[in-house]
Amino acid sequence: MKFLHKIISSVKPHFEKEGKLSRFWVVFDSLETFTFTPGHVTKQGSHIRDGIDLKRTMFLVIMALVPALLFGTWNIGDQYFASIGTTDADMLAKLTVGAVRVIPLILVTYGVGLGIEFVFAGLRGHGINEGFLVSGMLIPLIMPVDVPLWMVAAAVAFAVIIGKEVFGGTGMNIVNVALTARAFLFFAYPKQMSGEIWIQDIASSKAGGLLVDGHTGATALGHLASTVGEKIVDMKPVMALFEGDGMFSLHNCIIGTIPGSIGETSVLAIALGAVLLIATGIGSWRIMASFLAGGLFMGLLFNLMGMNAYMTLDPVHQVVIGGFMFGMVFMATDPVTATSTNTGKYIYGFLGGFLSIMIRVFNPAYPEGVMMAILFMNVMAPLIDHYVLQANINRRQKRLQNI
Amino acid sequence: MSLKKTIRKGVNIRLAGIPAETVTDAPKASCYSVQPPDFNGLTPKMIVREGDSVEAGSSLFYDKNQPTVHYSSPISGTVSAIVRGAKRRILSVEITPTGTESYKDFSVSDLKTIEKETLLATILEVGLFPLFRQRPYDVVANPSDSPRSIHISGFDSSPLAATTSVALEGRMKDFQNGIDALSILSGSGGVHVGTESGDVTFADVKGCTITEFKGPHPAGNVGVQIHHTEPVNKGEVVWTIGYQDVANLGAFLSTGKYIPTRVVACGGSECAQPAHVRTLAGASIKSIVNVPSTASNGDSVRIISGSVLTGDRVADNGFLGAYHTAVALLAEGTDPKFLLTSGWLGLGLSRFSLSKAFPTWLMPKSKTWDLDTNMGGEERAFVVSGEYEKVFPFDIYPVHLLKAILVNDIDSMEKLGIYEVAPEDFALCEYGCTSKIEAQKIIREGLDSLRVELS
Repeated sequence: MKFLHKIISSVKPHFEKEGKLSRFWVVFDSLETFTFTPGHVTKQGSHIRDGIDLKRTMFLVIMALVPALLFGTWNIGDQYFASIGTTDADMLAKLTVGAVRVIPLILVTYGVGLGIEFVFAGLRGHGINEGFLVSGMLIPLIMPVDVPLWMVAAAVAFAVIIGKEVFGGTGMNIVNVALTARAFLFFAYPKQMSGEIWIQDIASSKAGGLLVDGHTGATALGHLASTVGEKIVDMKPVMALFEGDGMFSLHNCIIGTIPGSIGETSVLAIALGAVLLIATGIGSWRIMASFLAGGLFMGLLFNLMGMNAYMTLDPVHQVVIGGFMFGMVFMATDPVTATSTNTGKYIYGFLGGFLSIMIRVFNPAYPEGVMMAILFMNVMAPLIDHYVLQANINRRQKRLQNI
Repeated sequence: MSLKKTIRKGVNIRLAGIPAETVTDAPKASCYSVQPPDFNGLTPKMIVREGDSVEAGSSLFYDKNQPTVHYSSPISGTVSAIVRGAKRRILSVEITPTGTESYKDFSVSDLKTIEKETLLATILEVGLFPLFRQRPYDVVANPSDSPRSIHISGFDSSPLAATTSVALEGRMKDFQNGIDALSILSGSGGVHVGTESGDVTFADVKGCTITEFKGPHPAGNVGVQIHHTEPVNKGEVVWTIGYQDVANLGAFLSTGKYIPTRVVACGGSECAQPAHVRTLAGASIKSIVNVPSTASNGDSVRIISGSVLTGDRVADNGFLGAYHTAVALLAEGTDPKFLLTSGWLGLGLSRFSLSKAFPTWLMPKSKTWDLDTNMGGEERAFVVSGEYEKVFPFDIYPVHLLKAILVNDIDSMEKLGIYEVAPEDFALCEYGCTSKIEAQKIIREGLDSLRVELS
């Protein structure tokens, strides 16, 4: 690879301080450090260093997202053909329909997000941080299928500037960047973000009379939200969707052949990502395990209460619908916005899972409780850490008193 | 029957070029040096001038802030140079040995009858006192303090370190003598020796509390041992001293001659014959080890005085650091690494990593690693959490302590336990840091600023 390095070295002077292209130094620097880990050597302290860096860490998270991305792409096509009653569409056709939707989403997200990152890195005179590589992959995966691209662009810009850069960039943000983008859409465009957006072109299919009879295109959470405030007996037809061979049977929810945000539907694909994150130690198993426990616990509590049809849903079924699993594996575990102490991670995760299910059931206006719960816990994380640290401090002071 | 403790957090980095358990005498060096920057907290005031002749044990300079603490020449000869750096800071006092050795004569009384004050005065005069360091602050001890206890780590668990049984071979009588002297100096807490589980070198040592430590590096760090036996509280002072220096102290107290012997472990991937070498403190690197002109990877060779995790980078005309018992030769890593082959996206079969994102954890524990000095990435803000805790065997939150230091929050530093730590305790955190944060430097700055603030 010497020749490649020679080429890079030969154009480098143009980008340095006195060069003609010095304003593009950030772009050059990020490309250079992307292709070659710089030959920096240790100056002091430990003379040898680990090979792990933020690039590798972030890349592994992207790898963990690939199963959900691929499944989500296929599922867009699958749901589309199902909605118009085509039963003989092949794999390629489904993937094509999905790719036409997903690729522009990814391009817009990375384009807007990295563009802003480059500007801020240039202004601050440091290299590009790798944080957005993951955010930029997460954002498309938590979008409804039919979201307009300009809305995504606005949401990404808001999330990167207000959610991250005003706090100082990667490592300094308080709330998860991808969820900030999702929350922005949810609150800024509530009308467009609800209803018929979960299946490709469902609105035009309906207008054109192509839609299969009785197909509403609503998600599992949408159906369940409609049961709140109704008598359990009246809601039997809705709950039937979640049984045996219904549309949202446990089997379908785990495989993921249901409508929903692009990457969130398949528990199986997300689990593959979780295995990679836990095996490499990049994602915190403490948070994932306690988040799951929190969700199951709340589901069980609701079962005991049983005040409406939503509450009677099996806890296992509760955690496999909506964005619970995706949020648990990819959002709650964001190391910057989660608690940083190991003890704190158990508390943070448990409360996150607990609140996800609680918000979802108690407030049908916010069907996606996971987003709210994680954003809320992001804000609470420093407080949890504070009390964990305080316990440590008290231990030390008690030791002092004992002598 | 000794106490036993198990340290679970930490890791042993097995670098290539582990020193063989043999010891040879190094030839007499052409130059020796006492380097004031080696001693934290010291402001030197010179006693000698260039051209003066000195004996082994003659004072070269003393500490301006603690004038009784003298620093002396390891050998007889002429003061050939006083090297100064920026702002005329004294960097090195070099002594060229001449003719036959002569030792400054000290009268030492019998340890059984000696008074504490007399003993301390003798140790100060001969220049052995700077070998005592204290917690808190990890600086040269203050002779007017009365330490709660004195702690000695009986082994070095860092990579390429000297082996205790080799370093103390034939010196156990001196070591016992040294322990006897320390128990006179120590307060009610007595003298503590931390030994490596399975090591019998200290089996017959009397007059101290022996605690056996089992576990990976940093189990051999004296700070870890103190934390797991009797942690340092605010307001307490604990002294520490190296096990070889205990033997040197004991030898001095029986002969009256100052001979600062050092058994140095020479190792590392670029060291042709990794083994132990017996020399004197401050000897030139050239007299200790042969440094090849180029490393096996074609790069230059990094000479490290001390441990590869905490030591100092020295030039090939440099000297062994005051507290150091190891010299390592590693290859520099100034070659950029292409992403797919050896860079961030490569398999990384040759990189020893604390992270499971590299296949290190799948490989046999006995494998030795040939690491260079490349940073392995660029510096970033703290992003990943929980990685320091895996190699930091203290009941302290390392990242929060570092952040308190970065914002110079004295109150939080105290509360979070800064009194118990030294930079060396953060060496493994620094090694494994994803964001390449200079943790040891930050801790050193925190300790210094706290010391200024509270003095």
